[in-house]
Amino acid sequence: MDLCFLSTNITSFVADPLSHEFMRKALLMSSLVAAVCGFLSSYLTLKGWALMGDAVSHSVMPGVVVAYALGLPFSLGAFIFGVGSVALIGFVKQKSRVKEDTVIGLVFTGFFALGIVLVSKIKSNIDLHSILFGSPLGISLSDVKQTVFISLLVVILLSVFRKDLILYCFDPRHAKTVGINVLFLHYLLLTCLSLAAVVGLQSVGIVLVVAMLITPGATAYLLTDKFDNMTIISVISAIISSVLGIYFSFWFDLETGGSIVLVQTFIFLFAFLFAPRYGIFKFKKLFSSY
Amino acid sequence: MDELNYKSYRIDAENICVDYHGKVALYDANLRLKAGQICGLVGMNGAGKTTFFNALTGFVNISKGKIRINGESLRIAQQDQSIAYVPQSEGIDSQFPVSVWDVVMMGRYGSMNILRSPRESDIQAVKDAIERVDLMELSSTPIANLSGGQRKRTFLARAIAQRASILLLDEPFAGVDIRTEKLISELFIQFKNEGKTILLSTHDMIHVREFCDLVLLINKTVVAYGETSEVFTPENITSTFGGMSPDVLFGPES
Repeated sequence: MDLCFLSTNITSFVADPLSHEFMRKALLMSSLVAAVCGFLSSYLTLKGWALMGDAVSHSVMPGVVVAYALGLPFSLGAFIFGVGSVALIGFVKQKSRVKEDTVIGLVFTGFFALGIVLVSKIKSNIDLHSILFGSPLGISLSDVKQTVFISLLVVILLSVFRKDLILYCFDPRHAKTVGINVLFLHYLLLTCLSLAAVVGLQSVGIVLVVAMLITPGATAYLLTDKFDNMTIISVISAIISSVLGIYFSFWFDLETGGSIVLVQTFIFLFAFLFAPRYGIFKFKKLFSSY
Repeated sequence: MDELNYKSYRIDAENICVDYHGKVALYDANLRLKAGQICGLVGMNGAGKTTFFNALTGFVNISKGKIRINGESLRIAQQDQSIAYVPQSEGIDSQFPVSVWDVVMMGRYGSMNILRSPRESDIQAVKDAIERVDLMELSSTPIANLSGGQRKRTFLARAIAQRASILLLDEPFAGVDIRTEKLISELFIQFKNEGKTILLSTHDMIHVREFCDLVLLINKTVVAYGETSEVFTPENITSTFGGMSPDVLFGPES
């Protein structure tokens, strides 16, 4: 009897939200975005580009605002400012004695501030809240097309140059020695980072998009010593987080972006504590194969 | 005479200078090595050994001077897979999720198609290389689970798989077990017989006397260079390790 009640409850927990069109769309789009960010996440965590991810995702803000104001695809504006911020970081770093992490912090907060000022100045229907914190439930049809296009592009780029990018993250000097264009790979990874930030910000917003780009990879890194497995775990954990996050936000009336990232953080915490080999409580003996 | 013979040098570095943001790391350094020669690169920490390697691999640009590899430019040498670099243990992320096989296969990337999909010949080259460093039974093991010596052998195998004519080894004997040390020594003799040119940096004076035909003593520039028996003298070693930096001797503009 109890069991029956529980199963009815679970069924309605899963099925009820699916009866709404906006929820189905949100779940699909957020899963796609999560998969792309999760895919990229393995590279970023191994390259040590967490701060770079934070910088790029914040720097796209003025681009999004300007694009909205001019009626252009927001991804275009975001992409230009994302790549521009990285170029500027590189330039300032090279031409001054200020340390890299300082330059990164300086440039991205500058861009972010510009974005906020622009929102307050440009009279339009830009919703600051949805840019900052995401709005997966209110995603428009043109946004869907852009997101699908960008996601496919990133996945194709990362797949075609997968081995080169692994080598670039692992041992760029060897890559250079055997005649591989390291500069190209550097900018390729940055391009993918900007594009992923652009699609990610719809789900969880500018403030939290960096979590989409680093947490799944970090979680996966604790669970495996194989790059392919790391990518798979990273993508799966990102998708699960998005789906669960949206469900929780539906049922408990929570901010969706925050809810998604919080689930990701909990999954990381779980791996941090219980990962067979690299967790705090090592269950290596229980799971001798990994 | 030199003009006619320039192709006979595997490595021909002439008056090379490297600076990082205006800070001189290496200046007026010369080195000429032929096929089958083993040269030791000796100097203090910060004397420019890794910088020298970086310049020879093209990882940093030289601000002055000229580097010829087999008589050609560095770019062509890179395309021809002429140079293999074996990093020192601290130079790589030992926790990176790749296996021994993956790392050795990276030695073949430069001669593969854009997707880096291995051909039969690449697979054979990787197998042979892993066998030569005696790691066959560990070939699918992640490098995170290897000992320092096994990891060093993995990178040596990568250089072997690359089939480069020039090997640059940064501290090949640092932090390795006796078995690995013995294996590396044997490989050096084989490499020499195969006509490979080897430049290795080391802190260990015994290794220099044991393996190196030539020695290059550096302290931001060349202090002494020549046959080990002639150049590797206590006086030269003292001036290499006790000498003052060029900034102190000649002022910062040098």
